[in-house]
Amino acid sequence: MIRRIDRRTFLAGSAAAGLTLAAGPFHKASAADPLKIGFVYVGPIGDFGWTHGHDLGRKAVEAKFGDMVKTTYVENVAEGPDAERVIRKLAADGNKLIFTTSFGYMEPTLKVAKTFKNTYFEHATGFKTAPNVSVYSSRFYEGRAVVGHLAGSLSKTGKIGYIASVPIPEVVRGINATAIAARKVNPEAEVKVVWINSWYDPGKEGDAAKALIDQGVDFMTQHTDSPAPLQIAEQRGILGVGQASDMKAFAPTAQVTAIVDEWGPYYIERAQAVLDGTWATANTWHGLKEGFLSLAPYSDAVSETLAAECEAIKAGIIDGSLHPFAGPIKDQKGEVKVAEGSALADGDLLGMDWYVEGVSA
Amino acid sequence: MGLDTILAMLLTVIAAATPLLLAAIGELVSEKAGVLNLGVEGMMLVGAVIAFATTVGTGSPALGILAAMIGGMVMALAFGVLTLTLMANQVATGLALTIFGIGLSSLIGADYIGTPVDKLASLSIPGLSDLPVIGPLIFGHDILVYLSVAITVAVAWFLKKTRAGLILRAVGESDLSAHSIGYDVIRVRYFAVLFGGLTAGLAGAYLSLSYTPMWVEGMTAGRGWIALALVAFASWRPWRVLGGAYIFGGVTILQLYLQGGGDIGIPAQVMNMLPYLATIIVLTVISAGPWRGRLDAPACLGKPFRPAS
Repeated sequence: MIRRIDRRTFLAGSAAAGLTLAAGPFHKASAADPLKIGFVYVGPIGDFGWTHGHDLGRKAVEAKFGDMVKTTYVENVAEGPDAERVIRKLAADGNKLIFTTSFGYMEPTLKVAKTFKNTYFEHATGFKTAPNVSVYSSRFYEGRAVVGHLAGSLSKTGKIGYIASVPIPEVVRGINATAIAARKVNPEAEVKVVWINSWYDPGKEGDAAKALIDQGVDFMTQHTDSPAPLQIAEQRGILGVGQASDMKAFAPTAQVTAIVDEWGPYYIERAQAVLDGTWATANTWHGLKEGFLSLAPYSDAVSETLAAECEAIKAGIIDGSLHPFAGPIKDQKGEVKVAEGSALADGDLLGMDWYVEGVSA
Repeated sequence: MGLDTILAMLLTVIAAATPLLLAAIGELVSEKAGVLNLGVEGMMLVGAVIAFATTVGTGSPALGILAAMIGGMVMALAFGVLTLTLMANQVATGLALTIFGIGLSSLIGADYIGTPVDKLASLSIPGLSDLPVIGPLIFGHDILVYLSVAITVAVAWFLKKTRAGLILRAVGESDLSAHSIGYDVIRVRYFAVLFGGLTAGLAGAYLSLSYTPMWVEGMTAGRGWIALALVAFASWRPWRVLGGAYIFGGVTILQLYLQGGGDIGIPAQVMNMLPYLATIIVLTVISAGPWRGRLDAPACLGKPFRPAS
């Protein structure tokens, strides 16, 4: 069962729903009632990127549990105060498990969680937990380490484009991981960053891609949610990497691989925990090893040797022998931030607010 | 920045300005007739998805563009029936039209997500299009870019030089006077609103067929609202709409190129504000300052027309 709601209609209905709630506060859930699960999305499910990936996760939950669950999602929810109302409404509607899938929902989620103590919340990419709030994220930077290797190997100009969304540690981490890996192959490589201050604006993402290509970039990476940059890469005959979903359809020649988010298994695990009564606060930050992300099949532009190198990097990350942020790492000024033989701890990664050498932003 | 980069940047500016210009010029005509249609964003989205679906379905971008114009006009017709015939509040109806357009376009487009389409072909005139600099800059665009400029010229001429344009302006300035000397106010406004729908549909078609040739939900990303602001920014004059669209597109694109050029010591956030700062500055300059003129808002803008019976 699905209910599809847009933020505006959703909020418009809130007032009426409030009345209904007031009229029937003694409604009791029977054992046969399905577990209601709510999802809050920052973009439209049709963005073919981030939100699309989360919605595939939601569908996986439905496919797995069938009538035992009832999912509801609200798309296009702005980060900030609007989000709080949406999350509160979902909780008041009896959703026992609520996934809030964008960084900016952190404070609203915690606030609502205080009032709804018997509801479980799962906040994606955040770092604050509570007795009924878990956080989960994916080590996207592990995928970026592979992508950086590809970029360093395949870029002829040594200029790698990076279309960045909003300046939060997660995005900075991705930029740095790409630059570090690229410079291992080509020490002269430069990651050129353009911030568009939005997660989703196909037109602007495409314009940013044009701006980068016109300035010598011949390998495009992005941390925004639409296929537009890759499409521009295709038109201009350069290579690039898909974001969040396999975007091959938009760039059959240009896309060498894509970092694909895999939220389904986690969502199923957490729903199962609620059904079993074993849900507990968790701080989950999984990566390639646990299958939180995967890489789309390599294109023909990737030679067998190069593909083998990428697979070796993946294997190294999975078995722990390779850390994408292992020293020596220098910052933009050339000062050593991470000494040889050590690697950045998770805490440093989560708060990353500096660029490594080779990033121009 | 070398000459090549500047040329490339200008091409990107033209692409960014075209959807704004198309959407704004139609809204200008609608507002000149006294009708404020805040549904531009919704009409653009419907135009975008219909253009895309038709092009994918028939393989003909020409049919896609035609369908987008019709789609935009159907949306505008709904707006017209509500506000002109049934005299609903224009602001509320316009907002509703946008929300409706967002939903309707998502519904129509659900099956097309992830489908690619060929970019609208660019004009290619042997000899001319190959000229250095001038070739790509003037002779290398697709049909919609030329159409956007042609429509602006036509609208400027129509409003200023033709009798019909005079009547349209009269209807927007004083509907009762126009009515009392025998003009059919409602009919004139219907035509103006439909024209607004037509160009908003074209703007949508440009987005989904040329700018970013694909369909994704909400792909207008606020351009309909910018177009609305542009009309006021241009103080309801067609040539200023043309200039405004290019200034707005230009500032947006310039900051992307500056960022790509490396650290210039200005935070990206500040540069992202530039287009909006530019709007405020220009608005201030044209409404105060030595060039002060009337802001020229049509006197009957947004007011429903109730003929005394």
